[in-house]
Amino acid sequence: MAQGELVCFLGPSGCGKTTLLRIIAGLERQTAGRIVQNGRDISALPPASRDYGIVFQSYALFPNLTVAGNVGYGLVNRRLRRADVAARVADLLKLVGLPGFEAKYPSQLSGGQQQRVALARALATSPGLLLLDEPLSALDAIERLRLRGEIRSLQKKVGVTTIMVTHDQEEALSMADRVVVMSKGVLEQIGTPREIYEQPATPFVADFVGRVNVLEAVSLGAGRYQVGRLALRSTNGGSSNGSPEAGRRVRLYLRPEDWILQSDSLLCGRIDKIEFYGGHCLAELAIEELDGQRLSIGISLNQLNDLEIREGGELRFTLRADRIRVFES
Amino acid sequence: MSAVLPVAAAERFDLAGFLAKAFLILAALALALFLVAPMAAIFMRAVQGREGEFVGLQHFAAYFATPALARSVWNSVWVSAAVVAITLPAAFVFAYALTRSRMRFKSALRLIALIPLLAPSLLPAISFIQWFGNQGAAKWLMGGVSVYGAPGIILSEVFNSFPHALMILITALALADGRLYEAADALGTRRLRRFFTITLPGCKYGLLSAATVVFSYTISDFGAPKVIGGNFNVLAVDVFKQVIGQHNFSIGAVVGLLLLVPSVVAFAIDWVVRRRLTANLTTRSVPFMPKHRPLFDNLMLAYCAAVCVLLLAVLGMAVYTSLIHLWPYNLSFTLKHYRFALIDGDTAPAFFNSLKMGAWTALIGTVFVFCTAYLLEKTRGLDPLRPALRLLALLSMAVPGLVLGLGYIMFFNHPANPINFLYQTMAILVASTVVHYYTSSHLTAVTALKSLDDEYEAVSASLKVPFYKTFWRVTVPVCLPAILEIARYYFVVSISTLSCVVFLYAPHTILAAVAIMNLDEAGEVGPASALASITVAASAAVCLVYAVLARLLITKTQGWRFNVEKA
Repeated sequence: MAQGELVCFLGPSGCGKTTLLRIIAGLERQTAGRIVQNGRDISALPPASRDYGIVFQSYALFPNLTVAGNVGYGLVNRRLRRADVAARVADLLKLVGLPGFEAKYPSQLSGGQQQRVALARALATSPGLLLLDEPLSALDAIERLRLRGEIRSLQKKVGVTTIMVTHDQEEALSMADRVVVMSKGVLEQIGTPREIYEQPATPFVADFVGRVNVLEAVSLGAGRYQVGRLALRSTNGGSSNGSPEAGRRVRLYLRPEDWILQSDSLLCGRIDKIEFYGGHCLAELAIEELDGQRLSIGISLNQLNDLEIREGGELRFTLRADRIRVFES
Repeated sequence: MSAVLPVAAAERFDLAGFLAKAFLILAALALALFLVAPMAAIFMRAVQGREGEFVGLQHFAAYFATPALARSVWNSVWVSAAVVAITLPAAFVFAYALTRSRMRFKSALRLIALIPLLAPSLLPAISFIQWFGNQGAAKWLMGGVSVYGAPGIILSEVFNSFPHALMILITALALADGRLYEAADALGTRRLRRFFTITLPGCKYGLLSAATVVFSYTISDFGAPKVIGGNFNVLAVDVFKQVIGQHNFSIGAVVGLLLLVPSVVAFAIDWVVRRRLTANLTTRSVPFMPKHRPLFDNLMLAYCAAVCVLLLAVLGMAVYTSLIHLWPYNLSFTLKHYRFALIDGDTAPAFFNSLKMGAWTALIGTVFVFCTAYLLEKTRGLDPLRPALRLLALLSMAVPGLVLGLGYIMFFNHPANPINFLYQTMAILVASTVVHYYTSSHLTAVTALKSLDDEYEAVSASLKVPFYKTFWRVTVPVCLPAILEIARYYFVVSISTLSCVVFLYAPHTILAAVAIMNLDEAGEVGPASALASITVAASAAVCLVYAVLARLLITKTQGWRFNVEKA
């Protein structure tokens, strides 16, 4: 990891991302491998000798201590003068946007406020690494969206290297510098959010991050694939380097937005169903040329209105060859 | 990732983790010493001859070959069954009234029904002798049947075990899911059918649990049969006679093991039942709200009032006896029995010893139980030790006090034991009582600790604060109500306990319950009643002080709890 970077561990529940975080924190012991921080092998160190701050999903604020007591908890132990501790606490609270909250108890705060107190507490000792374990999952949707941005800008301001665990792909894509996708204890892919989304390394990543259409196809060699009665080109790569040899069965992965409106295209779909999501919709198409395989495509509300797309109607379009990912099946 | 520096060994040393493990091992050793070793001593003694040689099951054979002794097995079993048959329905109706009716005075009635918990188990026996004995005030009620023996034991144990059954049944009945009753009403179910198809099945585990608790309580109680049993032999008294009367430790060990059987069975049933009990109620259940039904409510009130009058009559007779010269000859008021029991008599130090022991047990027991529960629940490492320790903490309930006490003599009085200096000290009385009442205290502590966030220790570690500081600054203050509750429980049970300490006291450490037994045996019924009454008063006073103190402490130190409402 680079200094000051925010890395997200993303995966479905039970994939081992929290366990990995706890191993980094020294709360669990790894069975193999080592953990290196700043060129030091910390694998065998007890948690207290490691350099990190942590925010848990439940925040774990001490209910009987005030906000100041919580934030200054790790400072009091460092033989600082009382006034220095108070000043540092005040600074931290200002940093997280809760100035003047010193005397309140955690039970008097909203979920989002508690979250920020936990963040301030973790940052109080100026750790070299900040660990966030599903920090937003206990909040309601609106608060979550707001805190996403706040945490990210705070992290940039402080410049602390951060690892965040989440199962929410949108959270990971919007906040992280790099995303680590995990499944069943196995690391699937490491990359920037765009790499993860546009060039998923495995079918799992393609499936887990964002929506995706999967088409059964047979390779024709040289980057061409037979789907139903249609031959498609892919230039976006996939699981094997180069294109699979002719005759192999493959799966083509393409996102709902990987299409272009083209009125003279060969590809014509009948719109079976439109799911309305507000600013955009998902249309389910039945395409004769694909031998009954169906496609979901994303349509913006503007397109929906301008093109007068409606259920039962038809749509002529082409698929974007530069976006199709190919995985052998 | 070029040059990776190894860390120094000194930095790798985890002081806090080491301390946590060391303390956990110490706690395990303490439980091994004061629970496992004495029990092992009984097992060994039961299969050893006088010289310590192995004799197999010879003692068991000898025991069952003695008709008088073998008969006590049957006596114990049928008397205990009879107590279950009376206590269970009585307590069930009482609990039903408290949870399913809208009668008045619920809290007062509940409080009175729990009074027997404060009394030494000898008290009802003394009282029933005064009521129905040879010169009893209401002897005619018995219709010529002598109260000495089975009838007296059954009456006394019903009094003693009533609140235990009541508490379990209240919990079971309170867990009802209101939605089931609404569904039944919507289907037009009649009340009686509703009772048999919803209410009874809903609390069957509670009934089973209450039955086993009452049975094992009765079969292992020693106080009541000793006082009112006459020539009617039961297992618990046999142990006492064999050990104290005839110094026959081997037969004593055999009877002790026999006593262990029902307790262990009861423990196993209770353990299974408790797991089901909690699974019964889901978070989506709606609590049952009884409707106002005047006739039913008044009938229930009449029943509960009658039960409370009976309970108070038992307690009242003991108090009355302690305040008059001599029944039935001189009924004038006097305090001479109190004077004798507390100042003049041989047993004068007993009450103060009991207070002292109660205080020590409350202090040491609470600290030990809470710290051990904390280490078990909140620290890491030593994984194989933890389930074993949890099991020990639960198993102490399965050992009757008399059997535990017997184990203590056999283990601590052994000349080869390097810590046999403990024998006949206050310390051994405290240790045995702490262990004997370990399970409920442990469960109280664990419940409180489990309600805390699991990550406090992890957060402190990340902030470089050792766990013991967080324990002191956060865990203890937050768990203060539970800690006080454990202390109160330990105090109350230790000042009235008899069975566990009867083998272990020395003349200078004689305790109230033992003194009551001795006074009663010497025919000093007045002083015995006086001592029993004042023990109840002391327990009640401690409960009152606890209630006040708990409220004060909580409002003072737990401001954060009430802030929730203000916010």
